[in-house]
Amino acid sequence: MRREATEVLVVGGGPAGLAAAEAAATAGRRVCMLDDNPALGGQIWRRDTRNAEARGNQHVDRRRAALLEAGVDIRSGTAVVDAHGPDALWAYDGDALTQWRADRVILATGARERTLPFPGWTRPGVFGAGGLQALSKAGLEVEGKRVVVAGTGPLLLAVATSLQQRGAKVLGVFEQASHARFVRFGLGLWAQPAKLLQGMAFGARLPLRLGSWIARAEGDPALTHVVVCNARGRERTLECDLVACGFGLVPETRLARLLGCRVEDHVVVDELQRTDAPGVLAAGEPCGVGGEDKALCEGRIAGLVAADRADEARPLLAQRDRYRAFARRMARDFALREQLRELPEPDTLVCRCEDVPLRALNGFDRARAAKLGSRCGMGPCQGRVCQPAIRFLLGHGHDRPRPPLVPLPLGVMAELQSINQGSSS
Amino acid sequence: MTSNYDVAVVGAGIVGAACAERLVQRGLSVVIVDRASPAGGATAAGMGHLVVMDGSEAQLELTAMSRRLWAERVGQLPTEVEHERCGTLWVAADDEEMAEAEAKRQAYEDHGVPAEILDAAALAEAEPLLRDGLAGALRVPDDAVLYQPNATRWMLQNAVDGGATLHTHAPVRCVGDGRVERADGSTIHAEHVVVAAGAHSAAMLETRDFDEAIRPRKGHLAITDRAPGTCHHQLVELGYIKSAHGNDAESVAFNLQPRRTGQILVGSSRQYGVDHDRVEPEMIGRMLARALEFMPALADIAVLRTWSGFRPATDDGMPLIGALPDDTRTLLAAGHEGLGITTSLGTAALVEAMVMGEAPPMSVAPFAPSRVLEGMAHG
Amino acid sequence: MAERLRIRIDGVEHEVAAGTSVAAALWNAGARGFRRSVGGQLRAPLCGMGTCFECRVSIDGRGGLRSCQTTCREGMEVRTADAT
Repeated sequence: MRREATEVLVVGGGPAGLAAAEAAATAGRRVCMLDDNPALGGQIWRRDTRNAEARGNQHVDRRRAALLEAGVDIRSGTAVVDAHGPDALWAYDGDALTQWRADRVILATGARERTLPFPGWTRPGVFGAGGLQALSKAGLEVEGKRVVVAGTGPLLLAVATSLQQRGAKVLGVFEQASHARFVRFGLGLWAQPAKLLQGMAFGARLPLRLGSWIARAEGDPALTHVVVCNARGRERTLECDLVACGFGLVPETRLARLLGCRVEDHVVVDELQRTDAPGVLAAGEPCGVGGEDKALCEGRIAGLVAADRADEARPLLAQRDRYRAFARRMARDFALREQLRELPEPDTLVCRCEDVPLRALNGFDRARAAKLGSRCGMGPCQGRVCQPAIRFLLGHGHDRPRPPLVPLPLGVMAELQSINQGSSS
Repeated sequence: MTSNYDVAVVGAGIVGAACAERLVQRGLSVVIVDRASPAGGATAAGMGHLVVMDGSEAQLELTAMSRRLWAERVGQLPTEVEHERCGTLWVAADDEEMAEAEAKRQAYEDHGVPAEILDAAALAEAEPLLRDGLAGALRVPDDAVLYQPNATRWMLQNAVDGGATLHTHAPVRCVGDGRVERADGSTIHAEHVVVAAGAHSAAMLETRDFDEAIRPRKGHLAITDRAPGTCHHQLVELGYIKSAHGNDAESVAFNLQPRRTGQILVGSSRQYGVDHDRVEPEMIGRMLARALEFMPALADIAVLRTWSGFRPATDDGMPLIGALPDDTRTLLAAGHEGLGITTSLGTAALVEAMVMGEAPPMSVAPFAPSRVLEGMAHG
Repeated sequence: MAERLRIRIDGVEHEVAAGTSVAAALWNAGARGFRRSVGGQLRAPLCGMGTCFECRVSIDGRGGLRSCQTTCREGMEVRTADAT
């Protein structure tokens, strides 16, 4: 097993990680960035392979150049699979394991999309909202395709807009939030002028349906149509080629849990982005879903603090707190309505890895007991898809993450035997 | 608040569940309490094997009886219990271990347990993915594997269907003289109290005599992605006997189980003196490396998950089953180390006889809790 | 115009733009069953970002790889559940 060391180790190459690495490196620290994705940018700035001029590409290119200029060592396609502390993290690059040691670790692990089970949601053609956007950036053709966008949150409008720009026929954006809540959120945007402009652009051409959602998806087996409904129970059938359905984002906190950080629904940090685990900081979505501006700001603060430049970070705190307030408002206004708990039928699969239907979870009151008894969450995704859904549907808590965080070939994992022997680089 | 039962069982792991089920079948009123969810402790953490082991005469007798009791119930087991009579291959690496295999075969034969020697060629045919150059194996065809959390829940459900009361997430503070004092301040009264709380059992007794009797012995396991056909039997290296029964601080041994899902459960490790339950990468690495030595083809199969747990181990490798010397209403049924899944049914049969005042189906002297005190007097 | 390259999907040659992920290339080529679930259902990508493992296929003889996290390379051989 290889061994490597650095002063500041940044995990995640999205906006928070990029900002953190740049701040720490510019302050003179030796910085290494580990990123699970093939290219930098995270999800929001995921590389658009079809449009070189895309906003995210420009952000990433500029920031990547700055990182290289500042001497940051960037490792793409590298997943952290286990960690005990800043002095012991293990990462897999698709080929071999490396044991990392750092003085400080900054967790910028982003968020995952929350998908909720509904009848037919396993049919080919039903994607996450961010999922279809990511795939279209990676070359999935949507031109001329009929798309239904559904779920909740500002991401839906962003996804619908980008799909429309690529020539998709967006048949509707079905937002579960009520009209009243959506308007409340919209008014709140006055405090965020940049966001307001985006909001207006979104609103212009999209068939937005508030207080509505997908009741089921049909096709044999691939998607041919969906049935949408509203709070009054009125149903409508739409023939379509693609569904983009996401119910907001959930912070990715599994690595933080392995490191022993206090985690509630998100990683708990102090005003300087420090977790309660020594030497471990966190920034961006893991600390509470709030989008790009908050991620950049928190990332910069974390990078400065990790480089022992807390003084320079303090002027940023007031702005960061405003972003956090915005995030809280967003969480409140796009809270999931109770009716969505009734979306899945008893036979609807909840765990797609192990094909576990909802009825198999009857009688379990805890996440771990449900997993042991039903196999729900025991597959390769390790519950990353089903657990956020089950937390909403059944009120279960978090189950403890088990290493490795991504499946690892047994022959590679056996390299861990040499942890306490020899060393290199 | 108080309540009265014939028997209170503390611990809803597989041993407690088996005891409760059996006592309910005898018409007794039974209450089961567990500090967490059923099967959440050592039961869930372990491998689900039903094996005959010959660490001692008494162990051989208890495991053989228990496996017979399991075999009688195979027809009733729900599918989610995932019972598979896959048999065990005790793999011998060299001639010395082949001699051990033969001695083991003889011991099994003496107890009416079928077992046969496979030579190198027969072993290669039975398990083609094992490495070349192994000497052979002892095949124990009636050994089986199952999914023990669901086996436990099934037995608990049978007990509840028969009238038992189950309290989960109900920690117990103290047990003694027909009383179970719960952490919430309530007390359960019972003619007998069966303490089946594994390594947590001693701490809830009024006497401190057993505090050192059951020590947690940490183990690690890994489970792979589905890879059906990789192995067909439970595979254990014969060297396991040395490592498992030695008192080394740390050891690993080759042990695979084919699961009904097509996944491979990979073990095993043993550690004394570690009290944190964090998965230790070095132990995982050593354990997997040992598995690779025997089966190089495992290298490309993905490991999905690793975890650790604690076996409730005693110094002589024998469980504590029976009444406390100074409190005959309190029965221990704990300390089964790595054999609790197999011996749960045998333990329940012994506990049943003790509670009912009947003759036990085998000698219970080797399991008497009082031996711990004698050990202390002599030591 | 982006550079083009060729991959084989279930034995059939397809031309794709450089930078395309394997998942996107498969969907564009009409694949609707990337993998078969443990219960026998055909599945295709959900998350598009490496989380859900629904898009697993075999690439150049190595099974169980996430096609959404893999970029197409010239001459790549991809096999899906559709082929079986």
